Amino acid sequence: MALIETNHLKKYFKTKSGLLHAVDDVTLKIEKNETLGVVGESGCGKSTLGRVILGLLPATEGDVTYDGESIWTEKGKKKDFVYNEMQMIFQDPFSCLNPRLSIHDLIAEPMIVRKMVKDKKEMKQRVLELMDLVGLSERYVNAYPHELDGGRRQRVGIARALALNPKFIVCDEPVSALDVSIQAQILNLIMDLQDKKGLSYMFITHNLCVVKHISTNIMVMYMGQVVEYTSKEALFEKQLHPYSEALLSAIPLPELRKSRDRIVLKGEVSNPINPKPGCRFAPRCKYATEKCTSQEIPLIEVEKGRKVACALYM
Amino acid sequence: MKKKEKAKSQSQLGLILFRFKKNKLAYISVYVLILIALAILLAPLYMDYDKAIKQNISERFISPCWEHPFGTDLYGRDLLARVIYGGRISLFAGLAVILFSFIFGVIIGSISGYFGGWVDQILMRFIDIFMAVPTIFLAMAIVTALGATPVNLVIAFVICNIPSYSRIVRSSIMTLRNMEYVEAAKCCGTSNLRIILKHIIPNGIGPVIVTATISLGTAILSISSLGFLGLGIAPPTPEWGTLLADNRYYIRYYPYLGILPGVAIILTVMCVNFIGDGLRDALDPKMKK
Amino acid sequence: MALLEVKDLYVNYNTDEGVVHALNGLNFSIEKGECIGLVGETGAGKTTLALSITQLLPKHVGEIVQGSIVYDGNDVLAMNKREIQAMRGEKVSMIFQDPMDSLNPTKTVGHQLLEVLNLHFKELSRKEKQEKVDQMFRLVGIPAERQNEYPFQFSGGMKQRIGIAMALISRPELLIADEPTTALDVTIQAQILDLMRRLRDEFHSSMILITHDLGIVVDVCTKVAVIYCGQVIEFGTIEDVYARRNNHPYTEGLFKCIPDLKSDAKRLTPIKGYMADPANLPKGCKFSNRCDYKSTRCECEEPEFYETGTHGIKCFRFEGQQEK
Repeated sequence: MALIETNHLKKYFKTKSGLLHAVDDVTLKIEKNETLGVVGESGCGKSTLGRVILGLLPATEGDVTYDGESIWTEKGKKKDFVYNEMQMIFQDPFSCLNPRLSIHDLIAEPMIVRKMVKDKKEMKQRVLELMDLVGLSERYVNAYPHELDGGRRQRVGIARALALNPKFIVCDEPVSALDVSIQAQILNLIMDLQDKKGLSYMFITHNLCVVKHISTNIMVMYMGQVVEYTSKEALFEKQLHPYSEALLSAIPLPELRKSRDRIVLKGEVSNPINPKPGCRFAPRCKYATEKCTSQEIPLIEVEKGRKVACALYM
Repeated sequence: MKKKEKAKSQSQLGLILFRFKKNKLAYISVYVLILIALAILLAPLYMDYDKAIKQNISERFISPCWEHPFGTDLYGRDLLARVIYGGRISLFAGLAVILFSFIFGVIIGSISGYFGGWVDQILMRFIDIFMAVPTIFLAMAIVTALGATPVNLVIAFVICNIPSYSRIVRSSIMTLRNMEYVEAAKCCGTSNLRIILKHIIPNGIGPVIVTATISLGTAILSISSLGFLGLGIAPPTPEWGTLLADNRYYIRYYPYLGILPGVAIILTVMCVNFIGDGLRDALDPKMKK
Repeated sequence: MALLEVKDLYVNYNTDEGVVHALNGLNFSIEKGECIGLVGETGAGKTTLALSITQLLPKHVGEIVQGSIVYDGNDVLAMNKREIQAMRGEKVSMIFQDPMDSLNPTKTVGHQLLEVLNLHFKELSRKEKQEKVDQMFRLVGIPAERQNEYPFQFSGGMKQRIGIAMALISRPELLIADEPTTALDVTIQAQILDLMRRLRDEFHSSMILITHDLGIVVDVCTKVAVIYCGQVIEFGTIEDVYARRNNHPYTEGLFKCIPDLKSDAKRLTPIKGYMADPANLPKGCKFSNRCDYKSTRCECEEPEFYETGTHGIKCFRFEGQQEK
């Protein structure tokens, strides 16, 4: 049984101008010790998806199951085990740590809240263990977040996420606010922790390159919908959906190139408020035909384990 | 450098104290304020209350001298005694007003700001009603209803002040509740109460502390303005605001009558302001000055 | 003669916690028509350099301790207020990371562009000015009829286009772009880079592109300077640096950090450690504490800038390799 599963998950927000389809019909599966990379641009609903899966936001439709069990009780309350089993690593290492708490208190906080450790000495021991695990030197234990740089802060964030020994962690752009040289350190750390602790991740990012190393499967989202869902190898070999192709080609690579072969998409992402039927990417797509906007484009399995939502493959 | 190391091994409270002590002005202000408070509290031990209220026309308008360090007023009462005994009402009532408005303002503001939605709507509309009435009328109404005692005065002004305090708290909390660390706290199932107490209030309290300390002066003066209208503390009970108000006609000829009580108010208000500034900085770990 | 020459520049920030050495003997020059990428991480001093050139360093805090900045033969540090303002408006323009920084939220975007013209091109007639504004909007890919809208009505990418239009409308000789695409999505970033490349060819102005992304530089620039701890540690043409044959150990590390789409390695190769604290810099080579090739010499002696043709590297490994 998959560790995390969602079935036709939907999350709509009411706005003044209409219903915003932040997450529209997402079905996914994350096995134990696997990483699902969720890729898309801002406003594609990837962060909302992560928060719905963690139960921080209630779903409009559909359910999230952990190990086969729904994370919600019938009365609509979040089940207690969720807190211990599922955690999150945040994007902004500056705003995800309470500036008034010391590093020790920050890492200890989840354990105090969940009443995991009661003894003060034991707590200190546990905090130091966690700091060691994420590669933070012991001398920072009494420091405050503003005394640390972005990379170290993100390590604190990771240590805190690990404090309750979760099995599943949603990483919401954990490296996009960091410098390149630090990015690589943090990515390696996240991968090492997966091997050590048998964690499963949902790794949310806008940079396809970043998920290259870490993911088992990759899901590309556009305006709340899944446009391509496949294994990492298959995706990097060939992107079937025109959006995945453009997304990958848009990443500036530090290589000398003769010709400018990159695809530059026209237009911008708009908000999926009361979206019209048909492919939401069509207005920016160079292959778009009438077929794309005249009917709903379902996510269909084109090869084994490879799903694409594009009229080209219907 | 060594001092810094020492600070690191201290507890949270120790750290706050440590940072507070670094602000010399605030630190001195604490002592000055304690001194003033003691002088006022212990007044009966060294000064007769009679001196402050008993009229003695033969000794009116004596300029400051050895016997009357602050001089005497229109009715020949000793001004020093009046200032000291006046503080019993002004200082403590003023402090009580800002303290309680602060507490209630923070409670109402944080509940309203954190939960939003209908809770916020109800609380804020309620607050709006109070805000719509001019402060002095509201205070007058309350004092008339409850009776003009110092305690009721404090209650009246606390009620008058709560709206502005809770508005300030609410707005700073509304920006804080969307911070990622609040979300992180929710991720491990932290209760709302704990989130408010531990993650939101400590981060949003800075501006409120400043407002509170600045408004001490206003509080002292508004208490006296009620007295002026005949609703507050009735003469001849001395009180800082009334001292200023009563003596203002003679300031041209006997300037000490206005200046000396004024200095008492200014000194106190300044001390509280400095302490407030120091407190705000001390509570913020980013401040290291 | 170089359009802009920065020589041996030292800039300190005097903070409560001590003196932060932001720039430590930085040398840098740009010729007319050149486009140089300035690459470095947070705290390397990229933005400080830009602020020093435009004399926008925070007052009392930022202090130029030593060195010179010469723009077109004029000493920038000796200019008075009016001269600096004239230089900033007409000759040097900036594009900011967050386009909201440069746009006034209470005025329509068209009006704001007109204002720039009113300031610096007083001789033009109203009609000519309006024509110029229309033309500028078309150039950056925004329909001219949208110029009567306010900044908040535009998306991030559009706002950055307007920021670029604002910077370019006075036809500056030098354009300083400080992380112009960092706040944008990848596909929008590609659009903006495309636009900047086109404008570079069209306007022939010189450009300094400040970024942390080696990938962006190769797309737009002809030369690249890598900055670390307030010093240029490598300088060369795009070909020199991106051939990846001879690189400063730091540049080499930066290249390796970026996930390679072709390699199948399980792990990335990060640069170990963190950047030296700018308030407490090491004595020798500033990178020595993170360098895999360091020797004892690196820790106590600062390497010079060893140049081979157009390519210069500040590392002892390249000592004696330069052409005689």
